[in-house]
Amino acid sequence: MDWWISFFSAAVVAGTPLLFATLGGIFNERAGHMNLGVEGMMIMGAVVGFSVALATSNAVAAMLTAAIAGALGALIYAVLTVTLRANQVVTGLTLTIFGTGFANFLGQSIVGQSTPAAIKAFFSNISIPVLSQIPVLGPVFFQKDIFIYFGYVLVILSGLYLYKTQIGLNLRAIGENPSAADAASVPVTLYKYVHLLWGGALCGLGGAYLSLVYVQSWQTSITAGMGWIAVALVIFSTWNPYKVFLSAYLFGGLSILGFRLQSAGIHISQHLLDMAPYLVTILVLVVLSMDERKSAGPKSLGIPYFREER
Amino acid sequence: MDQVAYISMKNIVKTFGKVVASNHVNFSVHKGEIHALLGENGAGKSTLMNMLSGIYLPDGGSIFIEGKEVHFSAPKDSIAAGIGMVHQHFKLIDVMTAEENVILGKKGLFFRKGESRKIDALAKQFELDVDLHKKVSDMSVGEKQNLEILKVLYQGARILILDEPTAVLTPQETRKLFAIMRKMKAEGCAVIFISHKMNEVMEITDKITVLRKGETIQTLNTAETTPKQLTDLMVGRAVDLTIERLEQPAGPELVQVQGLTVLKREGTPALQNVSFAMRGGEILSVAGIAGSGQKELCEALAGLQKVKEGKILFQGEDLVGQSPKEIRRRGISMSFVPEDRLGMGLVGGMDMVHNLLLKQYQDQKGFFLNKKPAVEKAAEIKEKLEIATPGISKYPVKNLSGGNIQKILLGRELDSDPEVLITAYPVRGLDINTCHKIYDLLNEEKKKGVAVLFIAEDLDVLLALSDRILVLANGEVTGIVDARTATKEQIGLMMMGQKATELEGTAVVENC
Repeated sequence: MDWWISFFSAAVVAGTPLLFATLGGIFNERAGHMNLGVEGMMIMGAVVGFSVALATSNAVAAMLTAAIAGALGALIYAVLTVTLRANQVVTGLTLTIFGTGFANFLGQSIVGQSTPAAIKAFFSNISIPVLSQIPVLGPVFFQKDIFIYFGYVLVILSGLYLYKTQIGLNLRAIGENPSAADAASVPVTLYKYVHLLWGGALCGLGGAYLSLVYVQSWQTSITAGMGWIAVALVIFSTWNPYKVFLSAYLFGGLSILGFRLQSAGIHISQHLLDMAPYLVTILVLVVLSMDERKSAGPKSLGIPYFREER
Repeated sequence: MDQVAYISMKNIVKTFGKVVASNHVNFSVHKGEIHALLGENGAGKSTLMNMLSGIYLPDGGSIFIEGKEVHFSAPKDSIAAGIGMVHQHFKLIDVMTAEENVILGKKGLFFRKGESRKIDALAKQFELDVDLHKKVSDMSVGEKQNLEILKVLYQGARILILDEPTAVLTPQETRKLFAIMRKMKAEGCAVIFISHKMNEVMEITDKITVLRKGETIQTLNTAETTPKQLTDLMVGRAVDLTIERLEQPAGPELVQVQGLTVLKREGTPALQNVSFAMRGGEILSVAGIAGSGQKELCEALAGLQKVKEGKILFQGEDLVGQSPKEIRRRGISMSFVPEDRLGMGLVGGMDMVHNLLLKQYQDQKGFFLNKKPAVEKAAEIKEKLEIATPGISKYPVKNLSGGNIQKILLGRELDSDPEVLITAYPVRGLDINTCHKIYDLLNEEKKKGVAVLFIAEDLDVLLALSDRILVLANGEVTGIVDARTATKEQIGLMMMGQKATELEGTAVVENC
């Protein structure tokens, strides 16, 4: 039992970068933009957040700059795909390649450095009164650091925003049919920029949590494909923020399964276990695409919008 | 009328690249007026209205609302000025409910409140039949149209632009729409009505403005004009408007369809126990609301659809299970023109010659293509069908106008001298002049003894051109009637699912 609690508890921590990046991806795709640059925006946030943390030992400053770094990555993407109507897939791929190069270059001098103590202290676990005493659920969900709690709140706020507000309705309409939204006087370009940048900021936050709290030291190419899993999780969550709870923590669990099984004395090749999250991603995509209605995302996903198109 | 015009557009110019879509157009509408815009395809009707609704920016000229000059840089400016446009292709979000579509784009409210009562009241006021909690994807075309009108009224429109609203409606739905338009007129709104259907324009409008090649030709009072005069103005010369039915005895039965059942991808039937026969030298028309199984019928005949049950006998031989190539070789030719014209049949990015080669190559031997016969054929088709293209090679067909694309498609099919010709929506969205050219082509094939299956939307045309009309409703044949005696109302009711045998006074030719 203790093994399971500790496993689930660790899964929540491991899934938190994914949670932020997936939410970011959902906002991007709801605005009709297929952004394959999630990995790039995450790692940009990771390196900027880590560098600022080393320089200032201020967690809030580190996180804020990480979000800005992610948003700047998204800005490049937004200018290219919204204003210049470039191909979204190619632009996203380029952003990932650029972000990874940028981060590895910037991070050359800090490879191997670990998170400053002040930051570690900031992200130490806080037990929530009453809730943390619930058996199993308490230790798994309510004895966590402040950023994980922020993640819970963000998921719920994102869901409310998307499904219960006028702005959310307008945003969903843009992803489905931008010309209909435009004809109903929704400022399509503004919405696209705002939600692409906001999505980028969330990816940046996810990256910073990964480097500062989860890994706690800087390594070259630290995201190691996590952004790609987040892209798949957007589909797995059927573009629904609430479902990110399930998908992010499930895949967080898969990513740590290897270490956990080893420490439990079960010997399966590490390489096989490393494959698990990616293998499950492929399986999930296959299963989802069997039901056309479920796998159908926003209808105008990936299609550039030009009002005067004939 | 002495009052200041509600809307007035003066000297409007709009160019797309080298094409001048609007050339110093003048147009004005008064309150309480239903005003038609008439013109051939490419006359600039939609372009003009898109400028009025803020979707296109005019390159020159000015727009006045009640005498005051306005500048629209986006649809929201136009909406704020009280202009609402119902586009030819509905601008609705399929996955959302009617209510969500109506309140889309609303300002100020952060959280959505119950606006339902206000919307309901508005729907009642204008007698619009809309279920606010229904998803758009579950709605019929008529319901969607009502929703579009409700949406623009909710946005505060006092000037309603309807771009070809009746193209896809049944006669009954059209009548309802006209009632709504009259209601709006009585409320002091202005309605701008774009349509290719002359009888509707004559029935509902007060004034008519004719456009030709991007220029205003004339504005007339409906009461003082005739369809003949209007068509002549549209085309720029005298045109013969009668649709001729070639009276000739029908030939032998070439195709017998027996108990045909086809399933959709979800497993629900698209066609159910459909039986009919096609005779040589006869035009058999298919009428039905969009999506009643017309597409599946065409595809099944051409061998592109899996058939669940039933037989398709061609000269006594069952074609079910044969490959499309095999079916084609026997002389069954299909020119299926889907809504977007280029979707099936032609490759938009290729020129005319290569599009012909797509079918011709099958008869060629060797590894390399011989382009010469296709070039000759293209020139021949261009000549015969009067296709207006800057060049048969090196000019992508997608840049041509709809009518010309249609003619290439038909020309290619007719070139193979088919015994059976299946043609779906060959005149969809085409202007009167081009339509008549296509009708003439079909009559020519009929004369040659070809069995023609003609799927179309305009019931007036079906009644005038064809010999028999088969009506589909929800994938079932509700009757096959003689086009010489049937009426539009009967066919309309059959399209809604009433069996021909249950209708009084219907001449049933063949019952299934």
